[in-house]
Amino acid sequence: MLKDVSFGQYYPVKSFVHNLDPRLKILFLIGYIVAIFLAKEFLALGLCAAVLLFAILFARIPFGKVMRAVKGILFLVLFTAVINVFFHSGDAVYWDGPAVLWEWKIFHVTQAGIVFSAFLILRLFLLVICSSLLTYTTTPVSLTDGIESLLTPLKWIRFPVHELALIMSIALRFIPILMDETDRIMNAQKARGANLDSGGPAKRVKAIVPVLIPLLLSAFRRADELGDAMDARCYSGGKNRTKYKKLRFSWRDLLAFVLLAALIAGVVVMRFYPVFPL
Amino acid sequence: MRIVAEHLSCIYNAKSPFAVKALDDVSLTVEEGEFFGIIGHTGSGKSTFVQHLNGLLRLPSSLKRGKKKDDTVLTVGEFDLTSKKTDFRALRKRVGMVFQYPENQLFAETVFDDVAFGYKNFAEKKPEQGELETAVREAIEVVGLDYGAVKDASPFDLSGGQKRRVAIAGVIVTKPEILVLDEPAAGLDPLGKREVMSLLHKLRESWCKTVVVVSHDMDEIAENCTRVAVFTEGKVKYVLPPAELFKRTEELTELGLDVPLTAKLVLALKKRGVTIDCDYTQEDFIRKVLARRGEKC
Amino acid sequence: MKALEYRDVAFSYGEESAFRMEHLNFSVEEGEFLAVLGHNGSGKSTLARLANGLLTPDGGEISVFGTPLTEKNLFEIRKQVGVVFQNPDSQAVASIVEDDVAFGAENVGLAREEIGKRIDFALRAVGMEEYRTATISRLSGGQKQRVAIAGVLALKPKLMILDESTAMLDPRGRREIVEVVKRLNEEEGITVLLITHFMEEALLCSRAVVMNRGEIVMQDTPEGIFKRGEELITYNLALPRIGEICKKLRAGGMDVRDALDVNTLAEEICKCVS
Repeated sequence: MLKDVSFGQYYPVKSFVHNLDPRLKILFLIGYIVAIFLAKEFLALGLCAAVLLFAILFARIPFGKVMRAVKGILFLVLFTAVINVFFHSGDAVYWDGPAVLWEWKIFHVTQAGIVFSAFLILRLFLLVICSSLLTYTTTPVSLTDGIESLLTPLKWIRFPVHELALIMSIALRFIPILMDETDRIMNAQKARGANLDSGGPAKRVKAIVPVLIPLLLSAFRRADELGDAMDARCYSGGKNRTKYKKLRFSWRDLLAFVLLAALIAGVVVMRFYPVFPL
Repeated sequence: MRIVAEHLSCIYNAKSPFAVKALDDVSLTVEEGEFFGIIGHTGSGKSTFVQHLNGLLRLPSSLKRGKKKDDTVLTVGEFDLTSKKTDFRALRKRVGMVFQYPENQLFAETVFDDVAFGYKNFAEKKPEQGELETAVREAIEVVGLDYGAVKDASPFDLSGGQKRRVAIAGVIVTKPEILVLDEPAAGLDPLGKREVMSLLHKLRESWCKTVVVVSHDMDEIAENCTRVAVFTEGKVKYVLPPAELFKRTEELTELGLDVPLTAKLVLALKKRGVTIDCDYTQEDFIRKVLARRGEKC
Repeated sequence: MKALEYRDVAFSYGEESAFRMEHLNFSVEEGEFLAVLGHNGSGKSTLARLANGLLTPDGGEISVFGTPLTEKNLFEIRKQVGVVFQNPDSQAVASIVEDDVAFGAENVGLAREEIGKRIDFALRAVGMEEYRTATISRLSGGQKQRVAIAGVLALKPKLMILDESTAMLDPRGRREIVEVVKRLNEEEGITVLLITHFMEEALLCSRAVVMNRGEIVMQDTPEGIFKRGEELITYNLALPRIGEICKKLRAGGMDVRDALDVNTLAEEICKCVS
């Protein structure tokens, strides 16, 4: 009850970043990812990190919240890093000492490997933090609007942009309702002694039937009702349809865009004229 | 079994920007044998409260609630619901719970299978066919359906009112001592509503010792309940017998709650100088009014 | 002028269904506030769905403001006939109030500025202007239904049908809806067909009809209908409680006239006691 899935991870505060046009935020994320992958040295990545830090501050998202996003992929990141430490070879020397620190059969730890792994960890962290910043500061609804707007050019090749957007928007609308419903039905069956959380796989599959059937019936019933309600409000597909909400760029978006452009430019420049190459 | 709640609180989405205090220091006791009514607006905490009664909503362990002296008490009969060790299945067998629109939980191919579901779940070992049949037959008959006619029918082919009866039968089939119902008459037509309320009456007399019912229908509350709790914003405002509660017509109206028609009439008559002192059931009201007859005409 | 007219309409949900509607003749005058009463399964909702082409009759003719409803003019008819349904949780398409209210207006291809104006108007008419950017899933049942009404109003319909739109609400929500609809009828001149099984709601209407097994079995003022209490019970309906009390008082020998509101009945009782 009251679980707000429709908000996903959205963190409801008012901020500069929250107010940005969703299309720009999506483009920013894409641009940022490109920048991270163009970055070939720590300074360039540091530049990216600085921009992100700046964005987090302006988004007024608590730091702990941001770190929670990282926690989810911590294992994956460490795993990749460890693999890289043991397998990455190279004879570059970054500090006093031998290039190869340790060696055993096919495993070897090199200075280059350690540095490269650190680089990789930072890159992945930036990637995850930036993506979650988008979902923290943008409601799924405006994300959908943004995606629809960005996909509009595809209408020329008969791609059903309107239908896709409508499906996304209806899904967003009904996910919380169906989650609530699932909760209610599960509780009702638990109250009748259903055992939903224990037993072997076969038993669990069987136990889910009393939840699944009412849930499906309810979903179909709702779909029917929604269909009627849409028909009654003159829905007849995307043809001759207008759209009320128009996204508009503002000075904020321009500012963010300039920042992104500067970042990419900086990273590209450093790619050609490296300062501290790896 | 007696229900005792003291200082019960419940917060949804704690520590998030969407935190909602659903229950705020609720204390109340339901004695064995009561027909206990719970009224209040949607979102006043009544549904949250009743879902605690069979452990569907659990209290966070006392560790999480902070070690500072914690005085939350929630017991149903001998079950202590604040403890993790409580056997919640045993509890649920004895506290039946009928949710809002219970017909939405029907799933089996036949009415018989659906009603038998709870009985089989709660049985210690697989029940014998004869025993199961007797239990299901009794449950279906007590809710006022014809066993022979419906037992092999698909529950989805029945009418709305019948579906609801089947759903109720599926809960009471284990003969719970306490039956909790969340708006059992919602969405039914007038006749269906009355039938459900008289069914509850019958159940309390012959089937379950205690009935706890959440309802918006003040007339039914006044007619049936021994005591009524009024919830507002997660708190319990009053716990009184209807005869006492509806004397406070003006306070209840201020809370935005309805009062029974009899209470409205008593108030309107009072304004016209006629005092009727009744317990707000229709029968008593009519008797008291008729007793005043003849003074003029 | 007749807002809605059924002439000799026949309908069934197929061979297997027990429900039959045959030779239904019935009309709604423009500007009327009409209650349609009936137990579950009496055909009230079928009546609503026939009126805007969600169902097609097997025979007979349905006209809306004088225009017979056909396959071709369905779209035009639906602009004039707004229907609000029962379940507050399965009518909204969008998550945000204004987006949902805009849906119908977008469908008929109105210009952006006009849609904005329609949203203003519709939300004001249902008293939800403060909730323009609210999330629908966080509203109360009554508020959700008011948004649904606003979504229909944005199309500026001349006839509005509420198909048991109050059935799933609590008393406060029901009051909100009935008040809004009553105001729309009086101030905007919208013809209203209120389908309900709450007898009390019918008391606000200028006329009420009772349906049973796909037939219109009673047509009268609400007062007239509730006078025939015995007959109502044969249609599986109940008298409003107040009617019941009047009846019982009379049975006890107190000479009170039929009353449909608390104050009238109190007056009646006062006449008989000191």
